[in-house]
Amino acid sequence: MSGDSYSVILVHSTSHAMRIEKLLGERGVACKMIPVPRQISSDCGVCIRILQQDVEPARRAVAAAIEIQGIVPIQGGLR
Amino acid sequence: MIYFDNAATSWPKPPCVVEAMMHFMAEVGANPGRSGHRLAVEAARVVYGAREAVAQVLNAPDPLRVVFGANATEGLNLALHGLLRPGDHVITSSMEHNSVMRPLRVLARNGVELTVVGCSPQGILDPDDLERAIRPTTRMIALIHASNVTGTVLPIAEAGHIAREHDTLFLVDAAQTAGAYPIDVHADAIDLLAFSGHKSLYGPMGTGGLVIGDRVDVARLTPLKQGGTGSRSEHEEQPGFLPDVCESGTPNAVGLAGLAAGARWVMARGVEGIRAHQMALTEELLRGLESITGVTIYGPRDAQRQTATVSFTIAGMETSEAGLRLDDDYGIMCRVGLHCAPAAHRTLGTFPAGTVRFGLGGFSSTEEVATAVDAIAALARKAS
Repeated sequence: MSGDSYSVILVHSTSHAMRIEKLLGERGVACKMIPVPRQISSDCGVCIRILQQDVEPARRAVAAAIEIQGIVPIQGGLR
Repeated sequence: MIYFDNAATSWPKPPCVVEAMMHFMAEVGANPGRSGHRLAVEAARVVYGAREAVAQVLNAPDPLRVVFGANATEGLNLALHGLLRPGDHVITSSMEHNSVMRPLRVLARNGVELTVVGCSPQGILDPDDLERAIRPTTRMIALIHASNVTGTVLPIAEAGHIAREHDTLFLVDAAQTAGAYPIDVHADAIDLLAFSGHKSLYGPMGTGGLVIGDRVDVARLTPLKQGGTGSRSEHEEQPGFLPDVCESGTPNAVGLAGLAAGARWVMARGVEGIRAHQMALTEELLRGLESITGVTIYGPRDAQRQTATVSFTIAGMETSEAGLRLDDDYGIMCRVGLHCAPAAHRTLGTFPAGTVRFGLGGFSSTEEVATAVDAIAALARKAS
């Protein structure tokens, strides 16, 4: 899996992250909670890491349910 | 031993509640939402699970608008102090618990206009009286769902629709009903609902909170406290979104693990099923007490119109004496005196002597009710 590329869904609150984890799980989109990468934000919370190829399905799954800060690609080191 | 003090807190708890709390302490234990490691994430899942479970029991559409605190009192204080401003008018009933009345008395001293609508001596509120009290400045109607003294159920569906028609917020104190009596936040037009986690949702003490509907402008809601939320850590200003805005500081995550288990236990049995069981027992208790000479029952005396809480007095015996004898001689635990609701006792005509209160719960049985009725009959004979 080391060749996979990832994006992270940035959220306002850990509670929001938990909701998104459930939403993605229900739709079969693999995800993992990770600390927000320092390069992206100084927030101390968590974000949701997804495979790059799942960005659009994830965006659709989340769009109607919850306001997010954004989905941004990440490079290496956080697998 | 018969525990008839479920209106104060439910006991015993379902075994799954104790197990969930022990599991959290032994296997999870981290601070939810403060770090990104696996145990912190698992703790956050547990807390989110509690939001979902509570939302489901109450038919609240959005789990993220379930805000946790120490108890129903904290939820009520958040709604009242957080939204009412000098010049606003608020309407409440004469059956309220002090968890509503005391914050309102403080607010009234600081420029909020307060109307207390009277209820009948059975504690029954006429929705027309409520509607007549509305003014152009009315910002909120705050009502107890069911009296903690007599179990009298107030007409919250009617009140909710009156509030909606007059474009005012509707706050319900569901401390006595959440989990024990059907509640539909959505259908009953409830904007704010304070709940107790440790009564009929069968969680531990130290859990409760407030459901905040989408008609409430969160930007106008002042939280009771500010502090760390695990979000927006780079900012010194409190975040503006739910639930974080109202949940500063480390939460009672082990308690919420228990609350999640309790709320799921309620859903597995079904609120309707729990209500039917308690209604049958309440009917037996009411008919039993009515047959005893010297016993006066307060409230509607109709299981359809009340929760499983029954208040009564025994002629010739102080309530404190009755409470002591019930505990010492019969092993029956109940609450006696005034039940943190002086306005309700004035309405019922039981101020300041108070009442003996039996609060039945999910684990109460027909045999316990029969034993308790016999005990009251014996006490009434001695007192006469």
